Amino acid sequence: MRLDLILRVGAKLVLPFILLFALYVQFHGDYGPGGGFQAGVISAGMVILYAIIFGVHAAKRIAPPIMVEMMVPLGVAIFTGTGVASLLMGNNFLDYTGFAHDYLHAHEWGILIVEIGVLVTVCGTMVAMFYAFVQRGRS
Amino acid sequence: MIGNPSAEAFVMAVLLTLLAAVTLAIARQRNMFGVVILSSIYSFLMASLMIVLDAVDVAMTEASVGAGISTVILLATLYLTGSMEYPQRRSVAIPLFVSIVVGAALVWGTIGLPAFGISDAPIHQHVAPTYIDFSRKHDMPPNIVTAVLADFRGFDTLGEVTVVFTAGIGVLLLLQGGWRLGGSRPDDDTEGDDEI
Repeated sequence: MRLDLILRVGAKLVLPFILLFALYVQFHGDYGPGGGFQAGVISAGMVILYAIIFGVHAAKRIAPPIMVEMMVPLGVAIFTGTGVASLLMGNNFLDYTGFAHDYLHAHEWGILIVEIGVLVTVCGTMVAMFYAFVQRGRS
Repeated sequence: MIGNPSAEAFVMAVLLTLLAAVTLAIARQRNMFGVVILSSIYSFLMASLMIVLDAVDVAMTEASVGAGISTVILLATLYLTGSMEYPQRRSVAIPLFVSIVVGAALVWGTIGLPAFGISDAPIHQHVAPTYIDFSRKHDMPPNIVTAVLADFRGFDTLGEVTVVFTAGIGVLLLLQGGWRLGGSRPDDDTEGDDEI
């Protein structure tokens, strides 16, 4: 935090684009390469880069540990909840046909929700593991 | 994808040679910091190789997980453990023998594989035509990888997410387990967080 001015300014320039790229990978996954797992890892990488440059304490202000730890089971709950919702609509588990009127839109919605679940779990797990490793040496 | 097949073969040969060189360097390196950086380079070369093989999804995962997150986690581990490997006095004969036998068995196994890149390999005859026909007939998302992962095989992906969840919970329990007994979390302290 003392003489690394170039690193800090450069990181500030790069960080929003990393998050934007993660969201692009997430929401463009139907058409290009990528999906929830890659987007989750890239957005976790943004938090980790922020922690490396500005300190873990600053990173814990933008991504509080309690939130990160709650993201780990939340994504699995989103995924399973999508399956249960499709069961309640009278289809098979994780058959998204009932989510909209035509077949294509229903399945795009289903894939989108499920990929958000993957993103939440993967991002939460990566950041929580990073926090756990980093704060291990402090005690 | 590189159009010219000989140019593609040249790029592949360069990448594989670099992979072999990095592997030898990792085996000879005794400084753990160097090993971590070299394994990061290995992952990056592997991601480039996956791009040459047209597996862009795998390349993206390898670059972000292998070269990115796991390097950071390994560096954080080195911060805890110290970075010099203790010299080993044991003989290398048995590990060398096991490596050569396993490597020879793997090379022997590749002899029975179908030729690289042919379209009538068994893996392209089983369920893949069904997926491709079905998604074309119903105007599914153009990236069939996503459609297969999240739709046709959604249940498999749910299992994979559960694996990530379980692994994350396990690591968290191992590394910061017991903080509830101690009363306060170890991250409550505010000093000395400037560098990892």
